Amino acid sequence: MTLAPETTDLKVQLQLAEGWFTVCDLNRLTPGRGVAALLPDGRQVALFRDRADTLYAIDNRDPFNGAAVLSRGLTGTHQGRPFVASPLLKQRFDLVSGECLDDASVRVETYEVRAG
Amino acid sequence: MTSNPRVVPTIVLVGHGMVGQRFLEALAERGLTATHRVVVLCEEPRPAYDRVQLTSYFSGRTPEELSLTDAEFIKDHGIELYVGDPAETIDRAARTVTARSGLTVEYDTLVLATGSYPFVPPVPGKDSDGCFVYRTIEDLLAIEAYAKSRATTGAVVGGGLLGLEAAGALKGLGLATHIVEFAPRLMPVQVDEGGGAALLRTIEDMGLTVHTGTGTQEIVAGEDGAVVGMKLSDGSELATDMVVFSAGVRPRDQLARESGLSVGERGGITVDEQCRTVTDPHVFAIGECALAADGRVYGLVAPGYEQAETVAATIAQDESAFTGADLSTKLKLLGVDVASFGDAHGATADCLDVVYSDARAGTYKKLVIGRGGELLGGILVGDAEAYGTLRAFTGSVPPVSPEQLVLPAGSGGAVQLGPSALPDEAVICSCHNVTKGTIRGAVTEHSCTSVPEVKKCTKAGTGCGSCVKVLGQLVTAELEASGVEVDKGLCGCFAQTREELYEIALALRINSYQDLLDRYGREGARGGDGCEICKPTVASIIASLAPTIGASGYVLDGEQAALQDSNDHFLANLQKNGSYSIVPRIPGGEITPEKLIVIGEVARDFGLYTKITGGQRIDLFGARVEQLPLIWARLVDAGFESGHAYGKALRTVKSCVGQTWCRYGVQDSVRMAIDLELRYRGLRSPHKLKSAVSGCARECAEAQSKDFGVIATANGWNLYVGGNGGATPRHADLLAQDLTDAELIRLIDRFLMFYIRTADRLERTSVWLERIPGGLDHIRDVVVEDSLGICEELESLMAAHVAGYRDEWAETINDPEKLGRFVSFVNAPDTPDPVVGFVPERDQIKPDLPLLTIGMRPQQTADVLEGSAQR
Ligand code: SRM
Ligand SMILES: Cc1cc2nc3c(=O)[nH]c(=O)nc-3n(C[C@H](O)[C@H](O)[C@H](O)COP(=O)(O)OP(=O)(O)OC[C@H]3O[C@@H](n4cnc5c(N)ncnc54)[C@H](O)[C@@H]3O)c2cc1C
Ligand code: SF4
Ligand code: FES
Repeated sequence: MTLAPETTDLKVQLQLAEGWFTVCDLNRLTPGRGVAALLPDGRQVALFRDRADTLYAIDNRDPFNGAAVLSRGLTGTHQGRPFVASPLLKQRFDLVSGECLDDASVRVETYEVRAG
Repeated sequence: MTSNPRVVPTIVLVGHGMVGQRFLEALAERGLTATHRVVVLCEEPRPAYDRVQLTSYFSGRTPEELSLTDAEFIKDHGIELYVGDPAETIDRAARTVTARSGLTVEYDTLVLATGSYPFVPPVPGKDSDGCFVYRTIEDLLAIEAYAKSRATTGAVVGGGLLGLEAAGALKGLGLATHIVEFAPRLMPVQVDEGGGAALLRTIEDMGLTVHTGTGTQEIVAGEDGAVVGMKLSDGSELATDMVVFSAGVRPRDQLARESGLSVGERGGITVDEQCRTVTDPHVFAIGECALAADGRVYGLVAPGYEQAETVAATIAQDESAFTGADLSTKLKLLGVDVASFGDAHGATADCLDVVYSDARAGTYKKLVIGRGGELLGGILVGDAEAYGTLRAFTGSVPPVSPEQLVLPAGSGGAVQLGPSALPDEAVICSCHNVTKGTIRGAVTEHSCTSVPEVKKCTKAGTGCGSCVKVLGQLVTAELEASGVEVDKGLCGCFAQTREELYEIALALRINSYQDLLDRYGREGARGGDGCEICKPTVASIIASLAPTIGASGYVLDGEQAALQDSNDHFLANLQKNGSYSIVPRIPGGEITPEKLIVIGEVARDFGLYTKITGGQRIDLFGARVEQLPLIWARLVDAGFESGHAYGKALRTVKSCVGQTWCRYGVQDSVRMAIDLELRYRGLRSPHKLKSAVSGCARECAEAQSKDFGVIATANGWNLYVGGNGGATPRHADLLAQDLTDAELIRLIDRFLMFYIRTADRLERTSVWLERIPGGLDHIRDVVVEDSLGICEELESLMAAHVAGYRDEWAETINDPEKLGRFVSFVNAPDTPDPVVGFVPERDQIKPDLPLLTIGMRPQQTADVLEGSAQR
């Protein structure tokens, strides 16, 4: 989703089974970088904001090695698809579908996210 | 027990070694696993693994990593694999094989791939405790256990290819190592006298003791039955705690013999050109157990692979034959390149040798040339760079004179012959028998545009790997030739090279990534988010030029924070479990006791693993992201600064004690190292920069392996550039001699700034120096003679960097906004990441890796937010 210009006191929220879960203030997200959030059930989510203020949320764990670090990767776009590259071994994950761009058999969980 | 009655034809494979596995792959590729039942009897306790790379076990490769067998593959193709169950008898009349477990399988086609066994000469005492062979993973495990528990000296019987590998392994295990070789030289099969001499010198220099022309007469055991020494043919006795026999291999043809199959006089199951046994049309033999139609038993993996393909093709009723193979090999033995190809020993009538030998450098190169000028074969010791190209030229007349092919690069007459000169039939990858024509076809017909794609498409380069370099050159040449304009652009976002972007940023004073992307990016990339390649590259350019183009010199400021590589963003090095390591700067490697104590206290208080690095400083591992600011607050307080271990920036300037203490030193190398480290600290560059200063020509600081290295002379300093350790080591070249302090620094300023300006991303000075047209001479013209008239600018760029330097950790801990980023979770800043855990190891910690896998499962517990540990 894309945001309206005045985004000052908006909250980042994730859609979970129980409803919308508030994570943090939108201004905690630097465009082009990620942060990690902890869910009530112990799962970890990596949240990203791009230059056009679109938000993305995927599982934080690097499926290739198990460490919870995807939020610390570099983001970018490849053929129109926004991705994050794992900071460990650089595999790229589509931020919308969760699919690994370097190994189509691997996918990470994605979450619906909004600023509200 | 008898297995199911036959419904589909059954193929039984006896032996699951390298060739056996390749045979299964060939069956699958031809769809034969779908139409046949495939049963495999595997003697070893584990399925096929990479025997060729066996020795890499000692450099840390685990048996699992050596495996060639993918469980999915076996499962997907319905292959019945019986591990640890060797075939014991064959009944050719009934067409059944019976394994040790009693399992009996009926076959339509039987393929024997039983490999070889190590030959142990029948000397008295050969079965004593402490005698080993070198063939399987189990052998290596046994050697390792024995060496660690009860040996300090080891001897290898046999100085051939495998003997040298075994000797390297013993040496690696810390034993004083001897090699006893009966022939008058090492590797008698592969190299000639001259090559053997070059090899001997290099191997002795490594501290191994070589006894050539010496036979082993007896293994002497002590009272407990364990080896204590060996008696040699020269009458001497060699004390040793263990012996590894590596005196050649013999085909494992026992099973075949017992079932009445014909075997050769010197062993090997006799087969025809289809690898079918000459005795029984239902039985084939491949790999090291087979005596091929050309009368040879091949002891290399590539011919075995070809035989495996031949049998699969024959079963599929395709035409195929194995008529003989090339015995070319390239190996890195004990770190020395050794290659031989074609008619290496000059057996062809009327052939001539071209020899280049440099005893001092330990290189020896010989080419065998036929009467018509055609290249017949050769031997390369010490420097086998040209192997890929030369091997492919074998059989043809090379386009330049043979002398020019063996002279070292840099000497006047040398010519680097590109693979574009090769004919299409030339075999580029001999492991998989792939020709140049096939590789070109992969590019032109199958539209592969990169080496990984070509590897996948043709299998070239996926065996021993020795052809990958030539492969890369060919792919580029072919892409260029077929008009695909090889895009030299940095990435999908920029059509410019890094050098061009640097020039744009400098000339137009562009100090923002977005600005650069929106104005100079590729059409579709403008206004976008860039990618993981250009962001850090541009971040580095902006950082190198910061004071000059009006950017902040602090890499986490504003937009720059979003561009940095992950490690730079946290100013620390990410480790495999998500924790970080911390390296404070210790200029020149000199440190006071007080500071050492501080490091010790900090490590103790935060429970960090400490290790002395290869760069003369101390690394503290296992910090959680939220601990980084706390740790640095302590370190900064004690006067430490960032060591930039995470950055493409100056790392360390190593030093030796030099004139101050050392009786040989002629200058104060420590002071110079500290001066240089402080001058260039924080300098962001295309790749990391390393340096060292030695106090005399003995070179204890290893300056010649550095990007810029300095060696003291009686009259000042010699400056060397373009050295590299790492994966492709390169000795640095002498740039200038007998410099004063001021001259030295001025020259390094210019050199570094010229490198930063013109190098590609992630290109070390060594690669840059070899790549740029004119090489070292050009660089000397530019930075010493000022041929481009840019030296003043280069110097002033460096002066601006030096004046603008600030410690980025000190800056970070004083900025509350920045500190907010150092948390595991934005919504639970005080909760540590539960998958970062540690377990004890040698009185310190190491990452708890199993925890990472456990963490993969979604957690059920709801109380994690309270910070309860999930263990
Ligand atoms: C810590 C250390 C090993 C040690 O325990 O001693 C080390 C550790 C790493 N080295 Fe190294 N190298 C270390 C000394 C070296 C040396 C020895 C030296 O500097 O004298 C070399 C060979 C010299 C050279 O670079 O020419 C070396 C050649 C490499 C290379 C290969 C570079 C090349 O040009 O081929 C890499 C890979 C790369 O940079 O792409 C590498 C990469 C790495 C990385 C960054 C890999 C990574 O991304 O995780 C390691 C992370 C460090 C960390 O987490 O803190 N490291 N590495 C040493 C740190 C030195 C220091 O104080 O800064
Ligand atoms: C340390 C070392 C380094 C080497 N380096 C190189 C190199 O650099 N380049 C190169 O080309 N080659 C190299 N080789 C040789 C290469 O490993 C062999 O050529 C290759 O493994 C031969 O494959 P194979 O399948 O014929 O035999 P193997 O790989 O030996 O496999 C035969 C398998 O059959 C099993 N077997 C035997 N009898 C039975 C039975 N009755 N029932 C069931 N199973 C049975 C054996 O246990 C074994 O697992 C090296 C070998 C060693 C040991
Ligand atoms: S390089 Fe020379 S001065 Fe330095 S420690 Fe070694 S011998 Fe001494
Ligand atoms: S020659 Fe061994 S992989 Fe190509």
